[in-house]
Amino acid sequence: MGKTVIPIGPYHPLQEEPEFFTLTVDGETVIDIDVRIGYNHRGIEKLSESRVFENSTFLVERICGICSTSHPYAYTRAVEDIFPMEVPIRAKFIRTIIAEGERIHSHLLWLGLAGHFLGYNTVYMWAWKLREEILDVMEILSGNRNNYAMFKPGGVRRDINAEDIPICLKKIDSIVPTLVMLKMAVLDDPVLHARLKGVGVMSYQEAIDFSALGPTSRASGVARDVRKDSPYGAYDELDWDMIVTENGDVFDKAVIRILEMFESIKITKYCLEHLPDGPIDANIKDVPVGEGIGHIEAPRGETFHYVKSDGTNRPVRHKVRAPTFMNLPTYKATVKGQTISDATIILAAIDPCYCCTERVAVKNEKGVRLYNGQDLVRLCREKTDRMRKGMAPK
Amino acid sequence: MTFIYLVIFGFLATAVLGLVASWIDRKVTARVQYRVGPPFLQPLIDLVKLLGKETLIPEGASKTTFLLAPVIGISGVIVVSTIFWVNQFFGAGFDGDWIVCIYLLTIPSLSLILAGFASANPLASLGASREMKLVLAYELPFILAVLVPVIQTHIQSDSWSASIRLGGILAAQQTGIFAGSISGILALIVVIMCVQAKLALVPFDIPEAETEIVEGPIVEYSGPSLAIFKLMKNMLLFVLPFFMMILFFGGIRLDGINILWSILEYVGIVAIICVIRNTNPRVRIDQAVRFFWGPMTVIAALAVILAMNGL
Repeated sequence: MGKTVIPIGPYHPLQEEPEFFTLTVDGETVIDIDVRIGYNHRGIEKLSESRVFENSTFLVERICGICSTSHPYAYTRAVEDIFPMEVPIRAKFIRTIIAEGERIHSHLLWLGLAGHFLGYNTVYMWAWKLREEILDVMEILSGNRNNYAMFKPGGVRRDINAEDIPICLKKIDSIVPTLVMLKMAVLDDPVLHARLKGVGVMSYQEAIDFSALGPTSRASGVARDVRKDSPYGAYDELDWDMIVTENGDVFDKAVIRILEMFESIKITKYCLEHLPDGPIDANIKDVPVGEGIGHIEAPRGETFHYVKSDGTNRPVRHKVRAPTFMNLPTYKATVKGQTISDATIILAAIDPCYCCTERVAVKNEKGVRLYNGQDLVRLCREKTDRMRKGMAPK
Repeated sequence: MTFIYLVIFGFLATAVLGLVASWIDRKVTARVQYRVGPPFLQPLIDLVKLLGKETLIPEGASKTTFLLAPVIGISGVIVVSTIFWVNQFFGAGFDGDWIVCIYLLTIPSLSLILAGFASANPLASLGASREMKLVLAYELPFILAVLVPVIQTHIQSDSWSASIRLGGILAAQQTGIFAGSISGILALIVVIMCVQAKLALVPFDIPEAETEIVEGPIVEYSGPSLAIFKLMKNMLLFVLPFFMMILFFGGIRLDGINILWSILEYVGIVAIICVIRNTNPRVRIDQAVRFFWGPMTVIAALAVILAMNGL
């Protein structure tokens, strides 16, 4: 068989979101890969500029259903960075609890999907069953399963009731034995070892060169974690371990995520047990002129938000960079030379989240870029003007 | 009479039992995975629904081969199951039907390969080439392993014509089933793994690999032609355990308490297949080939040697 192009996407059972990979293959071996995103572009950054600071929190919450705490967290930190100001300690703990709960459910979700991609549907169902318990905890704490709406610039919106804490602790404790069993089922399975070890290896240097983030880079031995390097929330108040492995293959990425879940459980339990008293909101008033950045460790890596304020009640510029945007190019290093069977699990191994990552570029058929960011903003404004004048196409 | 054999037993009985087997498989899978599982008639409902859908033929596909492939596949299964039924209940086999069965059992795989290459789809042809590699991988240990009952029959009856005849193998197990001997157990293990690959179930669902190549050879199929393929798969889920029962467990018996045993054996085999498929991830095609040509062939050869020594 000569060189063939295997399309994965834009709609494919492998991925739950629309995105397009073209694998150039020689027989079963992948010799090149091209990634295309942008099927889900919603113009969140632009929308955010038309919201007041408080409302943008809920907008960025909807960038991604799984990272629905990471984006508000990074955004509120960016806004707080404009002052700069300190968040009350109780709010910090509550934020940490929500963020770590999200990490547990996100990693369980990935574990399930990874199992599904390998045809191991039992792991898929078990991991997602376990995830339900965590979602229940989140529902008790925030009233919602996924989009928690807990964050606001300066603090959190809801307090955690003292009587809910024992229930949550009990629920979290109840999943530990099953999680340990699942961990052993995954990490001690000889067939999984055969499938995952030495597959999609990213070396330490490649992880540095591609600026990989989160579990993707930590699997290659890059000991980077925003929670450790630039502590926020309650992470410097307690003792927890950063999980780092050396091999950089898919198996190590799975190991990182599974072990991180146990660390997250530790952090969540500590925070719930030692929740300090005090206010939950600093009640900030007007946001001053200035710029702020906020970055936090999302389940997939560092989420980065930049907010610029001109003293009005809306951001004039809001920039979002989700971890998958940095992790996507690592495919060039990991997928080439592997078989198609392995390519699918390698594609999934960075835990890609495309809706966080979407970018748009307008090009003509020769590949020349037609508009830059400024032009797109101008087009947006022109469209708004047309709408105001009642001229917009229905 | 041939018509009755083919239609009533070869097709209808096998299809019904195959659908039941598929329901058992789905139900057990669901229970293992914390799910509820489908109602009893779900496999039939799926089939009927598919029959009512439109058949789409992809542009550039070889039309005749594309439409003929599922028919060829299901014909193979019908004929082979007819041979099993008549041997089991009518004593109407012929000399050498064991060999014919081995041949016929590869027809479903061949039909999938045909279907894949006729579809004019890169995913389908990839699936077909994987199916081809898989057939090459498991046929050797499979034939070696199913040779064990033949050898044991030959030792008992001292006649080759009886031993390459399913009726002869059944008759030889009146005194004791072959699964009771060491060589029989070893061969049974090999056959179960090969059956897993023949059914294209995890860990050997490489040709279909839903999350990699979207069901592979049958990616372009829809409507009745897909229904035929699905039915073929369901029928195989009955036919292959039936074959195993004939070779190793003395077939299906309908006298007294043995009915219960037969049902238990059958459900047991389906359950084993189902458990294997739910406790393993999919392997790569090179790993599958290495597995079948390595350990499985060695075990099968060992079983043959043991059988020749009367163990």
